[in-house]
Amino acid sequence: MLTGRVHSIESMGLVDGPGIRTVVFLQGCRLRCRYCHNPDTWNPDAACRQMTAEELVEKIARFAPYYAGGGGVTFSGGEPLLQPQFLQRALALCRQRGIHTCLDTAGCGSGDYDELLRLTDLVLLDVKHFTEAGYLALTGREMGEHRRFVQRVQALGVPLWIRHVVVPGLTDGEEHIDDLAQYIKTLRGVERVQLLGYHTMGVHKYETLKIPYPLAGVPPMEKETLEKLQQRLDRALGQKDKGGA
Amino acid sequence: MGIDPNNSAWKGFRTGEWRHLVNVRNFIQKNYIPYTGDEGFLAPTTPRTDAVWKRSSELIQEEIKKGIIDVETGKVSGIDNFAPGYIDRENEVIVGLQTDAPLKRIVNLYGGMRMAKSALEQYGYQLDPEIEKHFSAYRKTHNEGVFDAYPKRTRLARTAGLLTGLPDAYGRGRIVGDYRRVPLYGTRFLIEQKQADLDALDGPMTEERIRLREEVQMQIRALEALERMAASYGCDVSVPAGTAREAVQNLYLAYLAGVKENNGAATSLGRTATFLDIYIQRDMDAGLLDEAGAQELIDQFIIKLRLVRHLRTPEYNELFGGDPTWVTEALGGMGVDGRTLVTRTTFRYLHTLTNLGTAPEPNLTVLWSRALPEGFKRYCAKMSIETDSIQYESDELMRPMYGDDYCIACCVSAMAVGKQMQFFGARANLAKSLLYAINGGVDEKKGLLVVPGIERDTDEVLDYPKVLTNYKKVLAYVAELYVDTINIIHYMHDKYAYEASQMALHDTLVERLAAFGVAGLSIAADSLSAIKFAKVRPVRNEQGIAVDFEIEGEFPKYGNDDDRVDDIAVELVSYFSVELKKHPLYRGAIHTLSALTITSNVMYGKKTGSTPDGRKAGEPFAPGANPMHGRDENGALASLNSVAKIPYRAVCQDGASNTFSILPDALGQTAGERVGNLVTILDGYFAQGAHHLNVNVMNRQILIDAMEHPEQYPTLTIRVSGYAVNFHRLTKEQQLEVIRRTFHERV
Repeated sequence: MLTGRVHSIESMGLVDGPGIRTVVFLQGCRLRCRYCHNPDTWNPDAACRQMTAEELVEKIARFAPYYAGGGGVTFSGGEPLLQPQFLQRALALCRQRGIHTCLDTAGCGSGDYDELLRLTDLVLLDVKHFTEAGYLALTGREMGEHRRFVQRVQALGVPLWIRHVVVPGLTDGEEHIDDLAQYIKTLRGVERVQLLGYHTMGVHKYETLKIPYPLAGVPPMEKETLEKLQQRLDRALGQKDKGGA
Repeated sequence: MGIDPNNSAWKGFRTGEWRHLVNVRNFIQKNYIPYTGDEGFLAPTTPRTDAVWKRSSELIQEEIKKGIIDVETGKVSGIDNFAPGYIDRENEVIVGLQTDAPLKRIVNLYGGMRMAKSALEQYGYQLDPEIEKHFSAYRKTHNEGVFDAYPKRTRLARTAGLLTGLPDAYGRGRIVGDYRRVPLYGTRFLIEQKQADLDALDGPMTEERIRLREEVQMQIRALEALERMAASYGCDVSVPAGTAREAVQNLYLAYLAGVKENNGAATSLGRTATFLDIYIQRDMDAGLLDEAGAQELIDQFIIKLRLVRHLRTPEYNELFGGDPTWVTEALGGMGVDGRTLVTRTTFRYLHTLTNLGTAPEPNLTVLWSRALPEGFKRYCAKMSIETDSIQYESDELMRPMYGDDYCIACCVSAMAVGKQMQFFGARANLAKSLLYAINGGVDEKKGLLVVPGIERDTDEVLDYPKVLTNYKKVLAYVAELYVDTINIIHYMHDKYAYEASQMALHDTLVERLAAFGVAGLSIAADSLSAIKFAKVRPVRNEQGIAVDFEIEGEFPKYGNDDDRVDDIAVELVSYFSVELKKHPLYRGAIHTLSALTITSNVMYGKKTGSTPDGRKAGEPFAPGANPMHGRDENGALASLNSVAKIPYRAVCQDGASNTFSILPDALGQTAGERVGNLVTILDGYFAQGAHHLNVNVMNRQILIDAMEHPEQYPTLTIRVSGYAVNFHRLTKEQQLEVIRRTFHERV
């Protein structure tokens, strides 16, 4: 029996897609983003819950009474694309039950995304960076896989919400935001663009895992600055792409 | 005899059965106008309200600093024992205070002399020596009566903390008069009706008939005292109210009589908004009142309700922190005919939280149904987010059982207004009971044998079937003891501290509910789950008493929507409910049960040793039916789903209380989304048959409190940038950091 590796489930996700969402964090990620607040989801072989797609969707369906306002399930991680067979089965079962499905992903899986995307109602695309050099410096990997994924999303016409993490001194320049806007303008079907402020809530996990913290000393993003950048981005993108922080 | 159906006070009202006999529901149904719009029509305060509220809030601030403003030590409680009092006489549209000055408290000696004296002493007051001398010499109190009759087993259970918070040393409360009857009919007609009831109560003079005859006569006297008290304020309550102002005024005076006469723990208001809306609408239609005037009546009424106080002992304050009075008003809900009972005045009540600022009293309780008008649902959610002062209860659960004219006493106790009353029964400690099952009925803290006939467990690793069998034996014993104790308390309360003014506003042949309660539900369920699914080794002292437990392995915990443990919680309350019902109640009362602790979960925790779920001796319980904080691993909705499984009808029919705490940011990204998400959460929770939800949308102050008392905020969720986390999973430093950051956001 095919089982998936599930890091955890958050039953009340109110900021990861529309409405009230059950967020399923899948174990394993190949990116090593310097600001990552979930290093405990990196190792694909770490001890975690193993369950079949049927078991998982049974659990998800328990929250169906809360999906009335446009909510549903969001598969997040880790990188959900790293468990394609399990994810596909879970997405198919959700679709059968009429549950709205979201993929919260950086687009760094292992190819052949079409079946997954046909079963996905919305992609929350985490744009780490929009240049090859910036992407590599931030995540430790090349950007090719991300590009392949975005290309398939575009080809299949899946609606997108774009998210981008703003780190002081790293990705908080006005020019950087303007360039981000230019990149987003090349994409179709973008319904929302959200800037997320860098925070230090994940630092203790690095201590537990005995991994050195790459952004030691970097302060959390100021809320006011973030709002200004969001407004700048919204202006650059025009009225229709409204974000909110 | 009777009332003239053509009297001018009823002009313009649609006729019905209500004109000929006391039937407030019939009056409401014939005359109210449902409102399905939004809050756009609401008006701000008037200068008169501002003046009265300014003086009142100054006094409230002063009271918070000093603990108490004043006590009347030269008189004892009574409906018309006090001279009229005012806050700011020329600006008061609605008048009447408990004593001759605002926030000046009443001494009630009928509950017990020792308690009254101890309450006075903590604030440095002394009772008039003459009163003390004569009252002690000539009048027996409720407390004395109870202790004359208590058997040894009750005293033991009290001492050990197996039964706690019993209303044997304070007023039982939870009796809600149908205060609407006074403005609608006037006391003269109500007295006539009671006189007719009294005459009809003839036949063989059984104990019950004698008792009831005496009570009805006391009720008549109370209504006469209410007339005198009202007259001292220049108000005539003997005849029906002719205007909206008179309706609000006379309804308030009827309520006020109750809080002058008694000091019951919860003195709730009932369900008054839709009733008063009929009078307000009539005056507005006649051009006698505009929206500002309508809001002024409600604002000034609410100010009065915010000033109700009782004199409490330090022991009482330990049980129920924060000087609560539970002036609960049930708002909204649906009628059995499918029309909503929401009116413009329902909005006006909630709008007082904006006009006068947020406050814990009156305890605004929205009777929630998916069918409520969208505008009202969204307004409630918005007010919850702004004020965190609203609690929600399922109208869909309660309406089929109580009809559509029920109210809430205290926090969760439903009763048909004027037709049912409650014998309040405090709580039995389920967690301690489980320890008795392991320790042969011996109290783990006091070393006393409290429950006889239980074999002491000597296993190295606890065996689930064996523990469960003994636990059920203990619970069966506790249930019987509990019923016997409650019977004694209410026999004596009726005899020595009868609430005549409140009972005068009930039907004479009232239905009585006896509300039993449990504390420590989640502890007991998790402990049994640990014994069943993990290995639990008791650590025993020289006497063989388990004083601690070592747990090896994982076990499912209540609060994660996991049936393996949630079913244990359900089985526990169901079993206890059945056991209670085996024992007959005083005056044919009906057994009900609640999982509700208010703030007493801390005190219950103090009195209970370490439990097999890993909770250490003295640590607080989770409140009500809440899961223990920090044990929900799947987020807040999984926790709600667990609580939603606790059955209401026929089991926890006096309510299953759940507290839900969230930061505004965590509810969604925009104000509109936050409102929409909260509405969806409420709809989703109640759709599963859940009963009650306290919604706390947090502010910084609450976060600081949450750091010090995590048990009070079990599902506190905070939003950190793009994701949400459980507050208790953060380290102390991070919690401080979040608090600091929240503070920056507010500056």
